[in-house]
Amino acid sequence: MATQEWKFTAKDIALKPELFFSGHRACAGCGPATVLRLVMKALRGPTIVTQATGCMEIVGSIYPYTSWGLPWLHTAFENVAANASGIEVALKALSKKGKIKQEHIDVIAIAGDGGTYDIGFQALSGAIERGHDFLFILYDNEGYMNTGIQRSGGTPTGASTTTTPAGKAIPGKLEKKKPITEIILAHEIEYVATATPYYWKDMISKVRRGLEVEGPAFLHVFAPCPRGWRTEPAKTMAYSKLSVETCIFPIWEAVNGKRVLSTPSKMYSLAPQKKRPVIDYLEGQGRFRHLFKIENKPVLDQIQQATDERWQKLLKQCETT
Amino acid sequence: MAQEKVKQETLALNGDEAVALAAKQSDVDVVAAYPITPQTIIVEKFSEYVANGEVKTEFVCTESEHSAITASLAASVTGARAFTASASAGLALMHEILFVTSGSRAPVVMAVANRALSSPINIHGDHSDSMAERDSGWLHIYVENAQEVYDSIIQAFRIAEDPEVSLPIMVGLDGFTISHTLENVKVLSDETVKQFVGERILPRVITHEGKTVPFKLDPDNPMTMGPNVSPAFYFEFKRQQEEAMKKAINQIQKINIEYAALTGRSYGDGLIDTYQLTDAEIAVVVVGSTTGTLKVLVDELRNEGIKAGILRIRTFRPFPVEQLQNALKHLKAIAIMDKSMSFGGFGGPIFTEVRNALFDLKQRPIIINYIFGLGGRDSNPIGLRKVFEDLQQVTKTGQIDDTVQYLGLKA
Repeated sequence: MATQEWKFTAKDIALKPELFFSGHRACAGCGPATVLRLVMKALRGPTIVTQATGCMEIVGSIYPYTSWGLPWLHTAFENVAANASGIEVALKALSKKGKIKQEHIDVIAIAGDGGTYDIGFQALSGAIERGHDFLFILYDNEGYMNTGIQRSGGTPTGASTTTTPAGKAIPGKLEKKKPITEIILAHEIEYVATATPYYWKDMISKVRRGLEVEGPAFLHVFAPCPRGWRTEPAKTMAYSKLSVETCIFPIWEAVNGKRVLSTPSKMYSLAPQKKRPVIDYLEGQGRFRHLFKIENKPVLDQIQQATDERWQKLLKQCETT
Repeated sequence: MAQEKVKQETLALNGDEAVALAAKQSDVDVVAAYPITPQTIIVEKFSEYVANGEVKTEFVCTESEHSAITASLAASVTGARAFTASASAGLALMHEILFVTSGSRAPVVMAVANRALSSPINIHGDHSDSMAERDSGWLHIYVENAQEVYDSIIQAFRIAEDPEVSLPIMVGLDGFTISHTLENVKVLSDETVKQFVGERILPRVITHEGKTVPFKLDPDNPMTMGPNVSPAFYFEFKRQQEEAMKKAINQIQKINIEYAALTGRSYGDGLIDTYQLTDAEIAVVVVGSTTGTLKVLVDELRNEGIKAGILRIRTFRPFPVEQLQNALKHLKAIAIMDKSMSFGGFGGPIFTEVRNALFDLKQRPIIINYIFGLGGRDSNPIGLRKVFEDLQQVTKTGQIDDTVQYLGLKA
């Protein structure tokens, strides 16, 4: 479809209508709530949003109120990609019969890390394989925060959650964070990208690109959660920024499998000396507090090493693809 | 039988093929399904229609039944006419979303090729699968043969999509006995079905601004569907679903009459169907294809001078309490046949419900329950004859050995 011109200056964004309204019940400093508000600024026309069960689904739809200024559907936790599939084919079928007056309606599916990495993974993989035209936005706050901070496949090594509590014998989560974007990339779709809200312009642009793709597109947004990470609400954007500066969460986009680092992350490939140590990101987060005990030094070292290795691997992927 | 008003063609179809044809002729917008025995032929047949360009339908072969029902639900609330089909483990995997579908008031139509549930795994027919979903808020119809499943799928769209009802419906056809058995089926022309079913009429709802708008995901009238509802409101939502169930009682009867006027075919009053029941002293209450076998048996018994009859429950949800009371009150003894079990309960689900419905009668028949046919165990006229013999014995003595009995079980 024809896409309206867009500029993503602060002024332009401020003038765009709010489609995720104030009045929702998210916590102070909620990263995902900021993400949703900004994401909705990237829309290019009529859009239907569907959400998996999770914090962001709950806080915005407390009956008889709503924070949604566009048609919105929730059905369950594990099936948001199937919701999107159903909506997309229904729009196609109704269009063929002339029963929809809009030329095109975009479909966005939104889920947290639980609804993406874990319980929602099968439906997501299936919907992508079938090639439905929709944008899937993962807001990754690295745990099941809605049910009270339990581990997910997206929880990083070392993090203390209520199901991987840092105890005397076990220092938080032992397993790695599942490389979700690599798995999605392996589906060979046109658009996969990562973003984080500190770099808001980058994030909004990626949402728009994802919408412009005909077929499935996937955006992985790293969204700090003060409640679950045990961080100060005022520091959400600081952690969003640090995640990029430490290369814990590099931001990039892959168009038809060709991966390119986005500007904020690119800086650390050009000037590696500027890359900050992971402890700058880890310290101050209550979920990693136990790692700063002397006996857990090996875990800290392991996190730094794994982060470096992943970064080096990514740099190679950016060169070779 | 009433006179048929429209031309019909007789085709040799099995139950699954009849389902696929009925869905095709009903001009469905979206079919989302996942194959499972004995429902598979429905999905295969529909895929052929799509491959040959015979339908405009969007067909989604999902990666699971969970996604099949989800996509059907999502398509339905987007304003499309949606159809799916499943059986056994597939229906069980849908369980969670069956409740979401009815709660979302999405009139999805589903064919269930009834099959046993694991474990042990068994692909043959019984009613364990859909009976386990009796409280899922779906309308339930069970058919006797391939002709009825063809007719019932067509009717199902009219029943479910009635704006006063707006509830999903499952039509059960016995696995293999109906799904895979070739029968002569009288079919209508595409045009006749299209006219009978008509375009989907969306319920209208009032927005917070006082506007009356169609109930669907619509960028012109944004609506939040599937919100988070607190104890202050949840109960009212559920009560409304029950009201819709009550309205379906009338709609099913109305459609049965309308369809009969068009085709000459009706199924009792749409809720219950009887055979030789009016003057009967003993009768069997049954669901599904066993009815056909029982009819042969009742004819034999009648020739022997025994006043035997049959009551087939066609609509299990909403449960036709009044109709059952009126139809069964004059009998001396009845046997209620259950092709599924309610483990640890007092008899099978049909027994429990029918017995409950008859409790308020001043004079009620003696009631026995037979669990039979599980996992496709054959139920032939010789075996079923024992049921009538037992009923005769019971009417003489007034004594029952066991209220819940197992028919055709090896010693």
